[in-house]
Amino acid sequence: MPQFPNILCEVLTVLFQPINKNYHEFIIERDKDRCINCQVCVRQCSYEAHYWDDNRQKVMHDNSKCIGCHRCEALCPTAALTIRRTPSEFRPNANWRPVFLQNIYKQADTGGVLLAGMGSPVDIPVYWDRLLLDASQVTNPSIDPLREPMELRTYLGTKPDRLKLLENGQEPPSLQTEIAPQIKLDTPIMFAAMSFGAINFNLHRAMARAATELKTAYNTGEGGLHRSLFKYGKHTIVQVASGRFGVHRDYLNAGCGIEIKIGQGAKPGIGGHLPGEKINDKVSETRMIPIGSDAISPAPHHDIYSIEDLLQLIFALKEASEYRVPVSVKIAAVHNVAAIASGVVRAGADIITVDGMRGGTGAAPAMIRDNVGIPIELALAAVDQRLRDEGIRHKASVVAAGGIRCAADVVKAIALGADAVYIGTATLLAVGCTLCGRCYTGKCPWGIATNDPRLSKRQNPDVASRKLVNLVNAWSHEIQEMLGGMGLNSIESLRGNRDKLRGIGLSDTELDILGVKHAGR
Amino acid sequence: MKRVYPNREYCIGCHLCELACITAHSESGDLIIAYTQEREAAGLSPCKKIFQKGSECVAISCRHCDDPSCVAACISGALHKDPETGETVYDRGKCVGCWSCLMACPYGAIRRHPVESKIVKCDLCRGREEGPACVQACPNQALKYEDRDE
Ligand code: SF4
Ligand code: SF4
Ligand code: SF4
Ligand code: SF4
Repeated sequence: MPQFPNILCEVLTVLFQPINKNYHEFIIERDKDRCINCQVCVRQCSYEAHYWDDNRQKVMHDNSKCIGCHRCEALCPTAALTIRRTPSEFRPNANWRPVFLQNIYKQADTGGVLLAGMGSPVDIPVYWDRLLLDASQVTNPSIDPLREPMELRTYLGTKPDRLKLLENGQEPPSLQTEIAPQIKLDTPIMFAAMSFGAINFNLHRAMARAATELKTAYNTGEGGLHRSLFKYGKHTIVQVASGRFGVHRDYLNAGCGIEIKIGQGAKPGIGGHLPGEKINDKVSETRMIPIGSDAISPAPHHDIYSIEDLLQLIFALKEASEYRVPVSVKIAAVHNVAAIASGVVRAGADIITVDGMRGGTGAAPAMIRDNVGIPIELALAAVDQRLRDEGIRHKASVVAAGGIRCAADVVKAIALGADAVYIGTATLLAVGCTLCGRCYTGKCPWGIATNDPRLSKRQNPDVASRKLVNLVNAWSHEIQEMLGGMGLNSIESLRGNRDKLRGIGLSDTELDILGVKHAGR
Repeated sequence: MKRVYPNREYCIGCHLCELACITAHSESGDLIIAYTQEREAAGLSPCKKIFQKGSECVAISCRHCDDPSCVAACISGALHKDPETGETVYDRGKCVGCWSCLMACPYGAIRRHPVESKIVKCDLCRGREEGPACVQACPNQALKYEDRDE
């Protein structure tokens, strides 16, 4: 029995379908010599693009249903499948690119807002690719991380203005200054906020276990924390967002940090909407809302209309957690991000997380995702510089998120001023995501952005947590190599060290904002 | 002894283990030939079966029980417990196709051969270098080949 029973036969033709259904994006190529009609693809495709055709007694497919996730291709035991972009092309037009045509046809049919999942695919400059790292030659020695100590450990939280030491002759000096609570990370890479509900419990468990093994942290996102995961609290940052889902006293005290989510890079200025179908029993008990009800996060926090209001919430949370953990504030990278960050730090945030416009999302209106916000590189540089200029950079750690793709991006982010980074999309890629961008349908064939029990079990937490640990370990090794090459032996010596960066092919304005010289200078 | 343990929680019902099983027990050792030709011609069929109900699925094969009911039920001595390996061994030559073992196995792990008067039962891919084929093929580590005795 196929796992997803199909309406047979009719789907073979586009008869009875809207005329533009034929303008689909992908085609499924099935190698007749290899296909054995085993129906593995039929069971794997949650979009029902493959089906068993009783009349023909073989597996057939409907190209128009394929969303290009490659799940069938990955599991076909005879390698009979290839998923391709459809070769059908509209007349070339640099202005009216196919995506605009398709969207218009779609909206003319539905009358609805265009939804999108994952980070923006649009062609905005990626400054990581325009920044080059330095290395030591002759005048300063490089360091071999395999032979010499290399410190990736970092602490997130507010640092004191000055240190007071007590010295009394014979005894070693002792520290008099009280140090505010810090989050200790053994590597400057954390798993980004992805809520339980948007992604399923298996992955939350995998992130919690991986963060614990790596001695870093993961962020719960705005959907609360299931009680069974409280035991990973030392490596969990709990988030408080505008919907206040799952926020209660135990929750606030369960983690190593609390984050107030003001905005998200993929959809600055708008809220969230988790459809009722995704609210199963576990999500319901965690979010503290009825099963099947829509979980709506308002665009603003209705108790925050100013920096003063934010200050009140920050201190309310500090009170609730008895000043034991740092409080972070996450904002989306928007035009005035530097000034906003300054206000946030002055309001008492111990950590500020800046989320760039290429950051991922489970669902966002495509127009917002692709047009609102600024890239993380520019935002990060601007925020770090502003906080330095105002002499308050030490008052908060800066975490960069939204568009970190590899270890070199991490190194560049730290050189631009970040204390640590969040990886979200990379986390999901590590467990199989192919960026098909249909997270909002609840049908994720890789078992990631879905709570359908038939699909979510495709993520075995044992397998997933191993992959996450491997990924972060691999990146950490690479970071050590790059640091060593620059003659540095700790993350601390790289932070904000923009002299280790040079721009390539950038304008004077871009170089000025990034605070780096052009390559060759 | 080492046994194949299915994990119901993470079995995704893909049936790849069944395909691996018939490939490992085929003449050709080639999935395409095994599935499209040997299955038809020689009645090649997998020693394990996926049971599915709603979102739950599990891959069942012989448990190689410590005290196997099938061995007790077998009228011709075709099934016996190997004292050394602990495996429940099937001797095809002796099997007369009475289906007593089929009735006796509490797991439903024995199946009729589709064309001959014989049974089909898991032999843990005896002699296969990489161990049981199903375990190797499972994409979600829902099958584990390990020793859980004691
Ligand atoms: S999974 Fe591969 S071999 Fe099996 S029916 Fe699909 S295309 Fe054919
Ligand atoms: S599994 Fe994914 S790639 Fe394969 S047909 Fe279905 S939607 Fe397309
Ligand atoms: S066939 Fe059934 S009864 Fe016999 S050893 Fe296997 S599981 Fe046990
Ligand atoms: S290969 Fe693994 S996941 Fe697939 S049906 Fe068999 S046991 Fe289940």
